[in-house]
Parts: sequence; C-alpha cells; structure tokens
Amino acid sequence: MTTWTLIDEQRRMTVEMGADLRLDPSILGWQRKPEGLCRDDVCIPISADKSLDLAEIAHLLGRPMVIDHDERIVALAASATERTETWRTGMAPDFELPDVDGVMHRLSDHRGRKVVLYAYASW
Amino acid sequence: MWQAVHEELAPFGLSVITIAIDASLAAPRPYVRAAGATHPSLVDTEHRVADLYNFVNVPTVLWIDEAGRIVRPNDVHYVSTEYSSYTKFHPRKPLQALRAWVRGEAGALAPELAEQPIDQLVAMPTSTDQEARAAYAIGWHLAQIDGKSDAAERWFQRAGELAPHDFTIRRGSMPIRGIDPAGPAFFEMTAAWRDAGHEYYLALPDLKTSDDDFEVEPVPETDIASIRAKDQRIREDFAT
Repeated sequence: MTTWTLIDEQRRMTVEMGADLRLDPSILGWQRKPEGLCRDDVCIPISADKSLDLAEIAHLLGRPMVIDHDERIVALAASATERTETWRTGMAPDFELPDVDGVMHRLSDHRGRKVVLYAYASW
Repeated sequence: MWQAVHEELAPFGLSVITIAIDASLAAPRPYVRAAGATHPSLVDTEHRVADLYNFVNVPTVLWIDEAGRIVRPNDVHYVSTEYSSYTKFHPRKPLQALRAWVRGEAGALAPELAEQPIDQLVAMPTSTDQEARAAYAIGWHLAQIDGKSDAAERWFQRAGELAPHDFTIRRGSMPIRGIDPAGPAFFEMTAAWRDAGHEYYLALPDLKTSDDDFEVEPVPETDIASIRAKDQRIREDFAT
C-alpha cells in the first residue's frame, strides 16, 4: 500500500492504495448493498467484495480518470453525461465559494431574487 | 462596472454575483476593493464553478431567475466600454436587456432562448473536456507543492491540449506557470486560435454587438498600455 492523492472532482484527499489502484469504496462515498455499490440514488450492479478498482468504477460511471504514477496522484472528473443532464434540467446547480475575504457564499442564498453570475479573472 | 449595475438594480430584485477564476483570493482582491464592490465577489480557485457551468473563457455571464432556473446560459457581456474597441463587444444591448429583464418587462428575454433546448444554445462538455478538467486539477495540485513546477507544467500543457478551446485552462494557468497572461504568449495563442477559424468569445446571437451600437454610443479607443498601467496602480494601491 502506498499513499496517493485522490482528486474527486475538485475534492482532494489522501488515500492508501496498492499499485493496482484498489481502494475501499466507502472512501468515495460508495456503500455496499445487495444491488451493488450505491451512492445517493445511483447503484452500480457489481459485486464488490473487499476493495474496488478505481479504473473500473470510473469506466462504469463514465468519469474520465487521469493518473500521475510518478507523483502518485489520481484525478476523477465528473462525467460529461452528468453535466449535460444537469444543463438539460434548466436549473442552475448550487455551489459554495469564498469571497475575496474568505467568507463563504452559496448561490441558493439568493433564491427568490434574479441573479447575474459574472465570471471574470484578474488575468 | 458591475458595482454600478448592482447599485442600480439590486433595489429591483437583482443579485449581482461575480466569480473570479483566479489562483488565489488575493489576486482579484485589489480590483474588488478598487471597485468598492458591495455585491458578493467570489473566487473559484479550484475551478469548481467553472466545471459545474462549463466556463471556458472570461467574461462569461449567466442569468438565473427567482426559481433558480437558467434563463440565459453562458454568454459574453461587458458592462464597461474600456475594452469595446478591442474586443468589439459593446455593453449597450446587454445592459438594456438586463434592465428590462430585472424590471419584468414583457419580451425582455428573446423567445429563442425559451424555445431552444439549452444544449442547442451553448456547447455541452464532452468527455475529453472533462478529462482536461481532471488534468488541470493535477497540475493545480502540483503547482502548490514546492519543487513540482515541472510536473505541474506537463499537466497544464496536457489539459490545454485536451481542451484547446478552454481559456480558463490555457490562459488562466499562465500566471501560475510564470507566463504573462496579457503578454506575447496570450496574443500568439489567440491569434493562432482565430487563424484556425475559431471564435475566441462564444456569444449568444440575440444580444451580439452590431455596428449601430458604436454609432449610438461611441466608445473610447482601447489603450491596452494605459489599462495595464492603471491595473498595476490598483494592485499597488490596494495590496493587502
């Protein structure tokens, strides 16, 4: 077992994994149930005994995965299908971000008002 | 800029929320201070919202109604004329439309926005685009570790190759990589992109700038050198 950095969308964590990239699925929030591995309303019908192959779950979920073997970093992106389905609902996904003073704000705090989101950069 | 819009339209029920796609809270802070911003001025250091909303360049603007529904997906609006003669984007039509929408005027939203499926109006992310976000995440993680800038550079390059249209990655990573994001590398990148037949700014058709905007409201000639000098003064005066 070696220590890896796992980046799940933008969430970074340190996990212990073997070179075969198997890990305890609960680290990613997946629970074993009779119907397979489940998280929220989603179940993957695979028999998960002790550990989980990250590449397999990424494939099953349509989530692109990139690996830096030298630096021992794995990053899983959100699936394009999931992002597209969110767009098709027409609803603005909620998020929480800090302001320039580090105070957290949520989009949903503004529900009931019209909102203009304006992305810019100092660059 | 957006502070003036906020002051004008907040009493009519509009929340202006700006999101800087920057590598630190400190990077946009001087500009937020200089503008005297009293609206939420957020920072997306992790590209979290860029990922959720498929932001691929700045500026990108979205309108969201009281029920949380996107009524105007990713578009390019400027609200000042500082860059208009350079970008060819004039603030006149977007500001008129925004005022009309906030005040609830009939017909403020172009019918095609409601009639067309959202995935026909704006590009949906592909699997390769999402792979680029994962590659960027590794680059950004490594860039924050001493001695890992070479490894980070390879991932930033990889992310840019996977999503060559994504300038939050290609240009946004420049300051992290020690490249001037408004210098020669930027102008070369945008020139090559346009020479290959691509648009640099992806705007919705209904509020696109036309020649009459410049006739009705003339704009000053964009002076990149003086804008950069002014930005430098802001960074010095409002450094914290």
